[in-house]
Amino acid sequence: MGFSSQSSVADSFAGLASSEENEFALKDGSRIAVVGGGPSGSFFAYFLLKMAEAIDLELEVDIFEPRSFQYCGPAGCNHCGGIVSESLVQILSAEGIVLPDTVVQRGVESYVVHMDVGDVSIASPVNEQRIAALYRGNGPREGGDAPLESFDGFLQGMATERGARVVRQLITGVEWPDGRPHLKFADHSDSSYDLVAVAAGVNSRFIDLLDDHPEGFKPPKTTRGYICEFRSTEEEILRVLGSSVHVFLLDIPRFEFAAIIPKGPFATVVMVGDDLDEELVHTFLNDPVVQRAFPTNAVPCVCTCKPLINLGARKRPYGDRVVLVGDSGVTRLYKDGIGAAFRTGKAAATTAVFHGVSRGDFEKHFWPACKSIANDNAVGRIMFATNTVMKNSRLTRRAMLRMAQREQERDGARPHMSSLLWNMFTGSAPYTEMFKGTFHPGFIGNLLVSLGSAFWPRQK
Amino acid sequence: MVSGALGKIYRDGEEIVSQGNTGESMYVVQSGRVEVVQTTKNGGLQHLAYLEAGNFFGEMSVFEKEVRSATVRAVGEARVLKIDKKTLLRRIREDPLLAVNLLKTMSQRIRLLNTEIARHGDTHL
Repeated sequence: MGFSSQSSVADSFAGLASSEENEFALKDGSRIAVVGGGPSGSFFAYFLLKMAEAIDLELEVDIFEPRSFQYCGPAGCNHCGGIVSESLVQILSAEGIVLPDTVVQRGVESYVVHMDVGDVSIASPVNEQRIAALYRGNGPREGGDAPLESFDGFLQGMATERGARVVRQLITGVEWPDGRPHLKFADHSDSSYDLVAVAAGVNSRFIDLLDDHPEGFKPPKTTRGYICEFRSTEEEILRVLGSSVHVFLLDIPRFEFAAIIPKGPFATVVMVGDDLDEELVHTFLNDPVVQRAFPTNAVPCVCTCKPLINLGARKRPYGDRVVLVGDSGVTRLYKDGIGAAFRTGKAAATTAVFHGVSRGDFEKHFWPACKSIANDNAVGRIMFATNTVMKNSRLTRRAMLRMAQREQERDGARPHMSSLLWNMFTGSAPYTEMFKGTFHPGFIGNLLVSLGSAFWPRQK
Repeated sequence: MVSGALGKIYRDGEEIVSQGNTGESMYVVQSGRVEVVQTTKNGGLQHLAYLEAGNFFGEMSVFEKEVRSATVRAVGEARVLKIDKKTLLRRIREDPLLAVNLLKTMSQRIRLLNTEIARHGDTHL
């Protein structure tokens, strides 16, 4: 890999000099409002303050978050399956951010793919637990006695340790009288800022308050998810689910994707699809393939939600003195939303500190990070469309299963299908990289052999 | 292995990387403590450092194709996370500031090394 990126480092420092006279440059005492205290908001605030400190810049950062992540259930939840990808766990560690054991409910060491034609367990390529199953909030509504710590609360704590202030006020409006964002509150007070970072996700109405902004931010395309918590015992969850995420490729009409994630004494069921309704959820949970992978004594908690999931990229998630990070702007298709929150949050913070907060600054220095995610999503759509075609045919399901099983059984076998499934489900690699892997002669050859053998049932 | 934990557990004395071996990964201590030791010319073991949660090692192998310059082993039970070269370099390409984080620690280590060399120099004068 070349180090052409070194020019970007030089560029960053060159930006420091030019920002002195820039009216959009942040200065000592500049005020930044972060709307939303989930991962993207906290990552943004944390890196903003960390980088500002490195160049002796004193900023005032307010994080507007009405929820307290100390509460169980919806009052402290951000409605998410709660997986931190393998790549993000590694990058966070390299950044010096070690996730505490109290936050990580289960370290995931394998994914088990369940199909009507059989199951295959795909182990972590490095035989390590590098994927974190966790709760974004403080766990399910009925989880008060479980020793949980919120992931979002942990990240928010990192930002507040750096000096950010969490404000519980409800924002009722945004005005731009002098080109700067003025936030208006329910008690009729208002406050002026030099930059507003929108990290409110797609399930918040805050974005509607930006209607008056010249950029006219339109909502991104979304789909629905279904998340339900089931309570069992830690022993039973470990016995049945182990330290594996269980994913299902089933030929159920309208069914796209579902996973069961073990978390301490709970199991989180996550389903994604445009056409999700109670009937489809019921059909899925009662499918024999799902039943055999489900803890027998698991009972549904009161905690169930159907959050919106961002499917696309905003064309321009920024403007003068405003930037949209995480789900509010651009996120990865179906997977690794927290990873996208990290990447866009840090890119926006770097831009604001080293370059400025104008539309041009964000376009030049923030948009490339978003664009690389958006471009990768385009390839991801092809991958998921192909997956849908393959999972809907018994023959191709059997071929996928056999190829992955053979790779997992043989020591030293190059894991073409296993790597593809692992990366598809974990979101650990860019879709572009997975796509390129499918053109490898070994992948094509083994898939053809597996397709041929799929015509005959497997001999035990 | 502890269920709510990331990385791999190494028992007391177990080697995580071995001097002279090739490797392309960096490691970050998640919990516990590890010791960095180096084999001397006469075959003895020279203690170099103890590393704790949040500290990393093995980063030199990410940036250069050389064998490991020291052995790192667990002191008591330690949990350590492996970071792939590809993942790290891909991210550094997108976000060069990540490298600054690594440079900061590497710079501190060079400073310590310089102090050690100066101390040894004084001893031998």
